Parts: sequence; C-alpha cells; structure tokens
Amino acid sequence: MTAVLDAKGLCKSFGAVTAAAEVSAAIEKDSVVGLIGTNGAGKTTFINMVTGYLKPDRGEIRYEGRDITRLPPREITRLGICRSFQIPQLYGSLSVFDNMLVGLGIVLRNAGLAGYFSRGNVWDTRAVPGFERPAHEVAEHLLARFGLLADRARNAQVLPGGARKLLDIALTMAAKPRVLLLDEPTSGVSAAEKFGIMQMVLDGARAEGATVLFVEHDMEVVSRFAQRVLAFYDGRIIADAAPQAALQDPQVKRYVVGNRA
Amino acid sequence: MRFWIAGTFAALALASLWLPQWMLFIMTVAIARGLVVLGLLLLLRAGLVSFGQALYYCIGAYSAGALGRFFGISDIFLEMLAGAVLAGATAFVLGFLLARYRGIFFGLLSLALSMILYGLLVKTEALGSTDGFNIARSTLFGARPDEDWVRYAVLVASAAVAALAALLVHRYLQTPLGRLAPAIKDNEIRVEYMGASARQAVHVKYVIAATLAGVGGALAATTVGHIDPEMAYWTSSGEFIFIAILAGTGNVLAPFAGALVYGAIHTMAYDLSPNTWQMSLGVSLLLLIVFLPEGLFGRLRFR
Amino acid sequence: MKIVNVTHGSFYGIGAYAAASFTAAYLARGYPPLLSYLVLVGAAILVAVPLAVVIERAILRYLYVRDEVVILLVTYALFLILEDVAKLVWGVNPYYIAEPYALLGSFQVAGMAYPTYNLVLVGAAIAFGGGLAWLLHSTRAGKLLRAVIHDPEVSRAMGINVGRYYLATFALGSLLAALAGAFTAPTVSVVPGLGVDVIVLSFAVVVIGGLGSLPGAALGAVIVGAVRSLSVHYLPQVELFVIYFVMAVVLAVRPRGLFSLAEPRKI
Repeated sequence: MTAVLDAKGLCKSFGAVTAAAEVSAAIEKDSVVGLIGTNGAGKTTFINMVTGYLKPDRGEIRYEGRDITRLPPREITRLGICRSFQIPQLYGSLSVFDNMLVGLGIVLRNAGLAGYFSRGNVWDTRAVPGFERPAHEVAEHLLARFGLLADRARNAQVLPGGARKLLDIALTMAAKPRVLLLDEPTSGVSAAEKFGIMQMVLDGARAEGATVLFVEHDMEVVSRFAQRVLAFYDGRIIADAAPQAALQDPQVKRYVVGNRA
Repeated sequence: MRFWIAGTFAALALASLWLPQWMLFIMTVAIARGLVVLGLLLLLRAGLVSFGQALYYCIGAYSAGALGRFFGISDIFLEMLAGAVLAGATAFVLGFLLARYRGIFFGLLSLALSMILYGLLVKTEALGSTDGFNIARSTLFGARPDEDWVRYAVLVASAAVAALAALLVHRYLQTPLGRLAPAIKDNEIRVEYMGASARQAVHVKYVIAATLAGVGGALAATTVGHIDPEMAYWTSSGEFIFIAILAGTGNVLAPFAGALVYGAIHTMAYDLSPNTWQMSLGVSLLLLIVFLPEGLFGRLRFR
Repeated sequence: MKIVNVTHGSFYGIGAYAAASFTAAYLARGYPPLLSYLVLVGAAILVAVPLAVVIERAILRYLYVRDEVVILLVTYALFLILEDVAKLVWGVNPYYIAEPYALLGSFQVAGMAYPTYNLVLVGAAIAFGGGLAWLLHSTRAGKLLRAVIHDPEVSRAMGINVGRYYLATFALGSLLAALAGAFTAPTVSVVPGLGVDVIVLSFAVVVIGGLGSLPGAALGAVIVGAVRSLSVHYLPQVELFVIYFVMAVVLAVRPRGLFSLAEPRKI
C-alpha cells in the first residue's frame, strides 16, 4: 500500500484535556476516508495537527515519506495538503469573487515580484499553477462549480451558512489539493443538497487525483461516500474499517452513532 | 489612474510658479506628511495601525540633518535618499519583531519604539538633545538656487519624488502581494492556509511604509530648516494617524490631499484661537470619525 | 472593557487641577488643613464622575459597535479636546498646592528623609486597588461586570443591562484616573500637559502587567516605578526611554503581559 499520509503516535494535550492519545493512521493514495466521532473526540485536532496549525506533543506525520510534523500551515498547503474549515474561513469584507481572486493571488506564488514589473494585469495574464488558466477564469470556473457564480458580487459575510461553507471549500480547491481534508463539509447545508455537494466536491477532487479525508456527523453521507472510516473517541481511534463494518462496531455504536435497531 | 497621479503633481509643480512663498512652504510640508501617510495607508489596509511612524519620520529628518552637520552635504535628493535608506534599514531589522503582532499590540509596540528613539535623542548632546539643530538651505544636484527660488526648487523636487512614490505604491497595490492587505485584516488563518506568509507580507509593507516616512522626514526637515526630538514623540505619530483618517485609504493621492487639508485645519484652528487649537483638532477628528468614517476621499477608490 | 482609552490621561490632569483649585479655595477659607485630604478626594469625584457620564452617554455609547481602533481614535480626539478645556477652565499658569504634602512632614529611613505623604499615596493605591479587586471578585455587581466584559452579547441576552455597566465602568475608571491626579497634585506643580506623559506611561504599565489583569496592573506599576527610579539613580542617560524599552521587551517576549489570560479557540 502506498501511504500518501502517515500519522504515527500523535499525542496532544491542552492542560488536562487530552485531544489526541497515540493517534496513528496510514492513508492510502486516492482513497476516500471518513472521520467520525462525537464533538470533542479529536477529529478537528487531528486535522489541525496534520496541517500544521497545531504541533503534536509527540509523534510524527509523514507526507509521501517526508516528515512534515513541524511545518507551518502555509508550507503544508504548498506541498498539496489543503483543508476546509468547520467554521468557514472567509475574507468577510470582500465580495465572493474577490475572495477567490485574493486566494488565487496567493496561489500565484512567485508572481509577487514579477507581477510588479509585468505589463498589464497579473490577474488576466498569468496562468495559475495547477489550472493553467488566468485567475479570473479559474475563479469563475470554481464558483460556477459550487453554484456561487450568481452571488459573486455579494459580500462574503452576508452569505447564508451553506453558501459560506461552499465558498470555503471553493477557496480550498483553488489551492489545488493533492490531499484534501474537509472539516464537516455538509454541516449547514440543507438535507436535500448534502449528497449533491459531496458528490460535486469528490468528483472535483478525484478528477485531480486527490486523496480525500472528510469529517462528517451525517452517517448516511459517510456510508455513501467513504471507502474507509476512522472513528474517534476521547482522543483515540476506536475503529478503522470499511463503513459498514465500522458503523456496526460495538464501540462505535456505544460512543459515536448510538444503538439503533 | 497613473495619469492622474503624474498629472496632479505636474500641474502642482507648474501652478506653483505663481504661488507665494508661504504657500510653497505649506505645500511642501503637506507633501512630506503625505509621504508618511502614504506608508500608513499600506499598513492600515492590512488592519495595522502604527502609532510609531514618527520613529521613521524622525530618523529621516535626523539623517538629513546629520548629512549636513557632519558631512556638509545639503543636496536635497541625497538627503531624501539618506532618510529612505536609514529608515528602511531600521524597519527591516525591527520588522522581524513587529511583523508578528497585530491590533493593539502592534500599535503599542510601534509606539514604544518611537518613544525609545525620543528618549535617546533627548539625551544625546551631539545631536542637540531637546533643542535639536538647524539644517542649511538645500541644494539640488550641486546647484545652489538663490533665496527666492529655493522653495520652488524644493517643491518641484518633492513633487517629483511624491509622484514616483505614489505611482510605485499604486502599482504595488495591484499586485497579488499588495492585494493581500484586506485579506490579512479579515482572516489571517485563511491567508496562511492558502500558502502565504502574512508575517512576511506585513514585514514588506512595514519596510515600505518606513522608507516613505524616512523620505518624508528628510523633506520636512529640510523645508522647515530645523529638527528636534519632538518629531519622534507619540503626538507626532498621532498627527499622521489623524491625516490618514481624514484622507481615507481609498487611493494613493488621498494622503497628500489629506495632509493639505490637515495643514489648513491646523493653521485655521491656530489662527482662530491659539489656546484651543487642540480642541478644534479634536472636534474635527471626532466629527470625521462619526460622519465620514471613510475619510474625505474614501469614496474615490481606484483599483 | 477592551477599549484603549486615551481620555484617561485627561482625567488624570483634570483630577489634579480640580484637586488643586478646590483645596486651594478650601485652605484659603481657613478650614482645618488635616481635612484637605478629603477635599482632594471630593474634588476628584465631583468633577470626574459627571464628566465621565456625559462623555460616555453622549459619545462613546454609540461607538462600541465599531472597530476597536475607532474607539481609540475617538478617545484620542476627546483627549485633545479636554486638554484645551482644562486650559480654558484653569488657565495656563501652574497651580501649587503643597499643603497636604508638607503637612505630613517626613521621617527617617536608612539615613534619608522620606516624605510621609508618599506613604499616603502607597496606602491609597493599595486601598483602591484592593477595593477594586474586592468589587470585581466578591460582589454580585463585580461578577456581572466581568461577564459583560467577556461577552456583551450573551450578557444582554441574559437580561443584564450592558449599557449601564459600560457607563459604570467608564465612570469608575475615569474616577480612578482623576483620583490619581488629585493625589499627585500636592507633589508637583499642576500644569497643562500632565496627562500627556502619564497616558503613555500607563499604557506601558498595563502592557507589562497584562491587558485586563488587575494584579498585573499593580505589578506593572511597581516594575515601572522601580525601573524608573533605578535608572534615574544609576543610569540617568536612559531614564527617559528605559520604560519603553521594557515595554518593548515585554511585548516581544510575552505580549499578553506577565499575567496573561487564556486564549480562546479559533478553528
């Protein structure tokens, strides 16, 4: 198995709270993994550690064999590991379209100094790495894919919850992820749209050959889309199996999904 | 926009041929202050309020002064260059520390640094301590203009430098790094997670702002003819903030226009009632904040 | 209250002026000098409280919703205004009101004469600091205030009259500044601009001690005072800026100050 992401023995405590206790997981390339667990079980902490926002007290994380444990989020993003957020992280005072443009501007990494001296507008002339098209076009393409094109002129902070989630994911996609971590991608999205959104996101990610991990509370979404499930409880992984098996696991039933007939 | 920038300064330089000396003085001082505020604009757009731009303004002024006092150089362009280089270098070093902070911490730290310079200067006999010292009349490229033409020559020189600065900053604001400012202000986490270093971006902006302030300080020093430690006092930084609020952060010409208006308000307030000019200033600031939060020119946003 | 209040400096100055003029008038009438201390306190209260109430109700109240920088600039504007108002009311000549200070004489300690009045200052600081701490921690009102400061929206939802607490806090804070000025008045000549230096120094104190922390402020004040005195004595060249240097160091090393509060979770 080719483990694209390999976490070994991650431990993290905040004072008396243990957010992670010996968390280990090897993620295969091109797989789709669901992370489930109650609130406070350590799912977001796991994502925060993998993406460098938190440094584990002990343990290591390897990406394609390379140790990324101590790297800051921006370097991890540049390597191709990107994440979306539980609480959408947007540029509130900018319009939807500008959110994408500014995000793509960052992705246009080295255009900084070159952009200064180039003729014309760097947003129109330079091709965004990974998309090979200028920023304006990529922004429109991504917004269209997530159904946000109609809202392009609206201020990000006035968007309703579901739309904010989508914009958050769209921004994450702009960074061309090779490993995509989604933190509750469908929370705040109406029940009717959940499956559609997940399909849309996964299609887009898989088309680019990305590996996907997603945190979900809706077990129907998990059963439908995940190939493998990691169940968290109290900072530990209590089950690691295919969705059907994981959801039937007695520990998982006890601590995560509840016992239903 | 580029046309407007170059054009405005050119028109100014041309029109000044007919203006009285005291107006030339006011306009040059406005340009000097405008340069400092142009730098502030960069920082304000990123959500950083620096209460210590006076630090670099003062460094610029004393650089110009030192050139004259210790090296006998009075060329205005060299003075501005010295101001720029020394201020920029200082900011480069201090930026490693300051760029890590935001909000009130950034503000207070920048304040503390400028007050440190104030304290140092006051205790430095070689630089005149609290009295400061005078600067000789400027020369331009080795030529020494007569009494009547000096002010005009300085104005033209400063207009040229200001036009260049405004054009460069305007261009900068159109690049991805320049447009990062509101993103840093709104959501640094998102900035980091898109792959950029907010700290580095702030460091760059800080150095640019300091360099501009250094040039402004040198210009002010040579125009007024005198420098003293008060230039680094926190109330000096307060003036720049006032002008920045007055002007708004909408476009690169606003700081200069704002500085001119500030000069006018200051002079009028002082003439009307010398004992209460601070109050007039305070009232104006209050009214501005309440009724015109985007500044006088905030609406005129140029991309 | 999470606002940076430059007007605080003005209240210090105004407190000093009020104390000076009231006490001078009091003593001129030949009343017992021993009670002049009460006059100091009374003057500060009489002038500071109404002024604070007016400022908060008429101006500040409408600006809490805006950016924290806006409030800072507003308090700066008010500071400028009040500086000149003080000049208009009290003139530009210095006021001297040495009696309360001289009355207590001095006593010998370690071979030097130490003014007894300074002990009064220290005592007052401890009393007021302790009183404030008691107020915040042991009274119902104090606890509600801490709730309001922590989260005004939730507090409002719980039925607490947030506006009234903000008013009370601002008035109390301004009163303390005025009292500080009043107590300092007998030791200096009261001139325009007293507030200017003090306000930056007090920011230094608060930064060193930790923003929002009461014991921090006390510790910060002690540190600032000690550092200042030591530098005047041993290294006079650095006297003026050593405080800002310490402030810069604290900001660099431990920006939340010596007594920092926990950081909330962001993502």
